[in-house]
Amino acid sequence: MAATEQEVLAGLAEIVSEETGLPTDAVVLEKSFTDDLDIDSLSMMTIVTHAEDKFDVRIPDEDVKNLATVGDAVSYITKAQA
Amino acid sequence: MSTPTLRLPETPTGSRILSIGAARGANVVTNDDIAGPIDSSDEWIQQRTGIVTRRRADADVTVIDLSEEAAREALTGAGLTGADIDTVIVSTVTHFEQTPAAAAVLADRIGATPAAAWDISAACAGFSYAVGQADALVRSGAARYVLIVGAEKMSDFIDPTDRSISFLLGDGAGAAVVGPSDVPGIGPTVWGSDGSKAGAIGQTHAWDAMKTTPDAGWPTLRQDGPSVFKWASFQMAPIAQRALDAAGVTADQIQAFVPHQANMRIIDQLIKQLRLPESVVIGRDIADTGNTSAASIPLATERLLREGQVKSGDLSLQIGFGAGLVYAAQVIALP
Repeated sequence: MAATEQEVLAGLAEIVSEETGLPTDAVVLEKSFTDDLDIDSLSMMTIVTHAEDKFDVRIPDEDVKNLATVGDAVSYITKAQA
Repeated sequence: MSTPTLRLPETPTGSRILSIGAARGANVVTNDDIAGPIDSSDEWIQQRTGIVTRRRADADVTVIDLSEEAAREALTGAGLTGADIDTVIVSTVTHFEQTPAAAAVLADRIGATPAAAWDISAACAGFSYAVGQADALVRSGAARYVLIVGAEKMSDFIDPTDRSISFLLGDGAGAAVVGPSDVPGIGPTVWGSDGSKAGAIGQTHAWDAMKTTPDAGWPTLRQDGPSVFKWASFQMAPIAQRALDAAGVTADQIQAFVPHQANMRIIDQLIKQLRLPESVVIGRDIADTGNTSAASIPLATERLLREGQVKSGDLSLQIGFGAGLVYAAQVIALP
């Protein structure tokens, strides 16, 4: 069953926390992956890969650059699950 | 008169790597030396790649020169001379002549003529491809002693302003002699390709552009770094696992893991994905040698042996992966 936006955010926060060491509550919708969370393009690919596995979605490499904020990723994953 | 049955050569039980030789570019190039044109810093390059320095050869040194240096060390290590070698395989993507093959010239330089000699183009997977070929040739009886060399002068194909790959690259050659063995010393090679991702790593333009577009200039290398990172980190771990499975060993039964030295962060991710125990020694030669493409696995292995981190007979899982995209992995018994 598809996860709600809230569930996707919670799951994504765990993945980001695992990759970066940041607390999960730092991962909120309006945060930018690069500017606020200091996540570079390689770490972003690790996060995307784990998100693909966790939410059973496919995120093509060319789409990753459009995921600027946590909210962008949550929205993308939620739509991709639908 | 009946048609005679063709005779086949007698075949050994297995093959093994008898020795490894290494040649690294003579010049140590620091991150500070190259950071300016890419508007970067030592800190960024180290954080991004794990590279502290890379080794680059002098301008007049060729792929064949590097190959010869490594090959002579490997011959000495195996207690053989060039005359004992009946097959020479060079893996390179930076030899300037499409023909004749670097391998034929190398064979002649080391006194191996009339050994069979050819080059292969499998980029950063080249050494593992060559090990797979040499193993099959020796076990089939088609060859007895095969000299394999992964050799690259990557510095001839870099663009100092390129932020995608040039700053990673170094020059060097790694050679090995593969010969017959009573017990298998090279496990099954697990290999493959994915040409649908040919654009992920390659030249800025093909050679024919220099004819058709007068200002095209000399091609240099480029990669889509994040895409290659994702592929190498997450799709190569299952390939390495398949090589372990094919050899009938588990991660806690190997002593070393030597992946292609592409980026320290790929190496770290592979270790994580493979759940390697801490007892496994990791090839991390990239820190001071850089990414030397086909040379990187034998160079990293040579270093582990030279520094006494592993010993003869230890099992090493090695995996090469790169432009093509191509990949190859196998478990070897160290010489």
